[in-house]
Amino acid sequence: MKRNRAENEASHAKLTRRAALLGGVQLLFVGGLAARMRYLQVDQADQFRLLAEENRINIRLIPPARGEIFDRNGVRLAQNVPSYRIVMVREDAGDVDKVMQRLAQIIEIDPDTLTRAVAEVKRSAPFLPVTIVDDVSWEDVSKVSVNAPALPGITPEVGLTRVYPRGSDFAHVVGRVGRVSQADLDALETPDQLLRIPRFQIGKINVEARQEAVLRGSAGTKQVEVNATGRVMRELSRREGQSGLDVQLTLDAELQRYVQARLTGESAAVVVMDCETGDLVANASAPSYDPNLFIGGISSRDYDPLLNSKYRPLVNKTVQGTYPPGSTFKMIVAMAALEEGLTGPEEITWCPGHLEVGGRRFHCWKRVGHGWMDLKNSIKQSCDVYYYDLALKVGIEKITAMANRFGLGVKHELSLSSVAAGLTPTKDWKQRTRGDEWVIGDSVNASIGQGFMLASPMQLAVMTARLATGRLLSPRLIKTIDGVEQEMPDITGLDMNENNLRQMRTGMYQVVNERRGTAYSSRIIADGMRMAGKTGTSQVRNITAAERARGVTRNADLPWERRDHALFVGYAPYEAPRYAISVLVEHGGGGSSAAAPIARDVMLQALYAGEPPLEAYPTRDRDRIETQQRKLREMQPQAAIQGSDQA
Amino acid sequence: MSYLEGTVKSTPVGLRKILFLNWPLVLLLGSVCGIGFLMLYSVAGGSFSPWAEPQMKRFAMGLTLLFVVAMIPIWLWRNLSGLAYAVSLLLLVAVALIGDERKGSQRWIDLGFMDLQPSELMKITLVMFLAAYYDWLPAKKVSKPLWVLLPVLIILVPTALVLRQPDLGTSLLLLTAGGGLMFLAGVHWAYFAAVIASGLGLITAVFQSRGTGWQLLNDYQYRRVDTFLDPAADPLGAGYHITQSKIALGSGGWTGRGFMQGTQSRLNFLPEKHTDFIFTTLAEEFGFLGAVSLLGLYALIILFCVVTALLNKDRFSSLLTLGIALNFFLFFAVNMSMVMGLAPVVGVPLPLVSYGGSAMLVLMLAFGLVQSAHVHRPR
Repeated sequence: MKRNRAENEASHAKLTRRAALLGGVQLLFVGGLAARMRYLQVDQADQFRLLAEENRINIRLIPPARGEIFDRNGVRLAQNVPSYRIVMVREDAGDVDKVMQRLAQIIEIDPDTLTRAVAEVKRSAPFLPVTIVDDVSWEDVSKVSVNAPALPGITPEVGLTRVYPRGSDFAHVVGRVGRVSQADLDALETPDQLLRIPRFQIGKINVEARQEAVLRGSAGTKQVEVNATGRVMRELSRREGQSGLDVQLTLDAELQRYVQARLTGESAAVVVMDCETGDLVANASAPSYDPNLFIGGISSRDYDPLLNSKYRPLVNKTVQGTYPPGSTFKMIVAMAALEEGLTGPEEITWCPGHLEVGGRRFHCWKRVGHGWMDLKNSIKQSCDVYYYDLALKVGIEKITAMANRFGLGVKHELSLSSVAAGLTPTKDWKQRTRGDEWVIGDSVNASIGQGFMLASPMQLAVMTARLATGRLLSPRLIKTIDGVEQEMPDITGLDMNENNLRQMRTGMYQVVNERRGTAYSSRIIADGMRMAGKTGTSQVRNITAAERARGVTRNADLPWERRDHALFVGYAPYEAPRYAISVLVEHGGGGSSAAAPIARDVMLQALYAGEPPLEAYPTRDRDRIETQQRKLREMQPQAAIQGSDQA
Repeated sequence: MSYLEGTVKSTPVGLRKILFLNWPLVLLLGSVCGIGFLMLYSVAGGSFSPWAEPQMKRFAMGLTLLFVVAMIPIWLWRNLSGLAYAVSLLLLVAVALIGDERKGSQRWIDLGFMDLQPSELMKITLVMFLAAYYDWLPAKKVSKPLWVLLPVLIILVPTALVLRQPDLGTSLLLLTAGGGLMFLAGVHWAYFAAVIASGLGLITAVFQSRGTGWQLLNDYQYRRVDTFLDPAADPLGAGYHITQSKIALGSGGWTGRGFMQGTQSRLNFLPEKHTDFIFTTLAEEFGFLGAVSLLGLYALIILFCVVTALLNKDRFSSLLTLGIALNFFLFFAVNMSMVMGLAPVVGVPLPLVSYGGSAMLVLMLAFGLVQSAHVHRPR
């Protein structure tokens, strides 16, 4: 096609113009891009660089090792041991099902666990390790390691887990740890980030829970570089955390072991308190349970019997259980009367076996009556009528005030869960809670530790220690934290007339060491080791008229849960009190027959710091005691781990 | 002035043509591709696989293609342009019928040895065909309505097909490149004014139609526009790409973090780190200086094309070269704008740098045509 030259020139010129225009626009745009680049990369660089750091650096927590718990002599009560688990990383495993099958052939896995693990693996991000089996033996770990080439994506991992080498002996004191539950998290306003670590263990009850802040320690952190999907590329820096601090208890593991063993077969509680410092050297509640069962989550097969047993193994009867103190309360009534000057050691009262008050007849435990009773004899023989009479003179308010001064009705500060305050009733209290007028019969009941009066074995031990020493002792459970002795509260005097207290002690001495004393059969005959004490038998319920008609008159004829509680409080040596003790045997019958013998055995064990010589016992008991000692020597706590060492 | 009227005698023949290639342009293309290899090596965490090595092979293939295309006289290409356009159009129809669907759009045809994206091919063949059309059309007819309508149809048919895939980015590129060529060919101002006015009207209509029964775009396309307008509103959702990409750019600073030290892209914070968002890696690792250098190389490529086009007295060659340059410009301008948060995320790769076979081969073919025009220019 031939074209006119001028036309061509014109169109080319136009093309050049327009190309120049378009090129100019393009150049302008390129300039704009460069300006934008400058703005983003230079002017705003600092801001974006910061964002970039946040993007790639992730802070991971390193769980600290939990503090360990020791007894007063350095025996380990709670320790950390390595625990092995098998984990799987999906992306390394390839065919998950196949690898799982192979794993199940190499080590034994519960089929339920396996199905659950497979589901979890498939649900989680491909690069996250998922625990297949927990708490595997070293042997299984070795098997897995040896077979590693056939098990892609599967690795054994090591962590720390809690173990209670003394098993059931310390369940009611040391307590136990467990996995963090939603309830635990909800209870805290700002939960420690550590609690969000899977499988992190925190204290659930007792010392483990109450000393959580000390035992837990603080988390270490490591900075890791992660990509957008959260996979860790490498570790950038690491800051080690602070391990939890060790806690030492005032308890003596050997004595505690003995007490738990001695209480085998009973539903009972024993508290032994040091009369010098207030240290609790034994705090036993039977039956107990093995806290090790709870650590990884307890099965209902293990848990249901504990929960449903009528002996309530999960309840710490020493501080949680409150019982009518029965006759062990009589010293309080006597002290109230003496301190008010309403009676004296020489004053005597006639006990005909009962007392008529407000048209109602209150019986003495001895139906035929004690005859003439003075103060010491009333304690020694535990005459009820004498105290009915005193209560009418003193009134409930004075009695309650005195009880509070001896630590009853007061909540003691202890690192234990559910410490009960007990109950020391007043007229006002009854009006408030029951909407009823206080009647004179209530005072009469209270005078022998019945009716509304409730106290825990712990409180009774405190009461006894204060009676024995005349000092305001309080129980102490934590001896040292991180090796630092815990401050003891200033122990002041009780601010009571020493002569009055001496009357009580003499009475209590006679209870155990004189003929016709209610605990005479449980006396200690070793010189300088003699025990003073007081028995108590508290009624759970009166024997009904219908039962009487059927011929039920004795405790033993009643079903277990309706029998009387047996109590004993005491201290030894009489001359220079070293330990105070309280013993409660739930529905055990009489205090002299069920509680006092236990108190004597435990007291001797404590005084001799080990097995006492048979010579400490009266001659006629020695054969029986020798057999008992042989039996108890061999007895080990439930599921205790053998060979645990001193620290 | 047509090629045949030129001084044929001075045109080189045989392999001597190689000496007459626009070598600076070849060198510029090579450098840009070289930067691409470095970046692909870096985003793979310092490895030639899976991206850098195949990309180098494709570059070798592309370079060969460039030389082969450059050896063939430009008039032959002009005569083939109608056929090329028709084939591209057929492929676009074919892809709509039998193409592979990936990520919700149907753009590829599996050729066995490579996946072909006909819309990429269409970018070049459309320009070729329009250049040939205006070469053939007498200058005084250029602005006659009938002769304007024809190229408009030539542009709109493939644009509509690409839009249906759906691929908003490429269809806009086709539209702009086609329109640009018409502008270069001398179509009257008034037409463009009318088109721009109606374009604005269309945009209004598109947004008015949102949420109604006759909605003109897909929901994801609307969302992309929303995201572009306010990326911070949903930094972990739809705005994620843009926010992350801006963080990567910004953290580069003046000189960058250094080769292989970029954290944003290597750690997968960036989507499509080896394709559409590869520029962020460059910007992060080599900073403002690196990014501006690449921009400079691109600008030089455009400049060389414009200069050779204007020096060329053959109308087809001029228009073709300018059209290809415009296409190339649109490529990197849209990609960079998108990465820098100036345009919505439309899925346009960075030319010669992003990983991808079709784009690389098509671009090398296009520059082969530019070279052919240069070698065979009337002297």
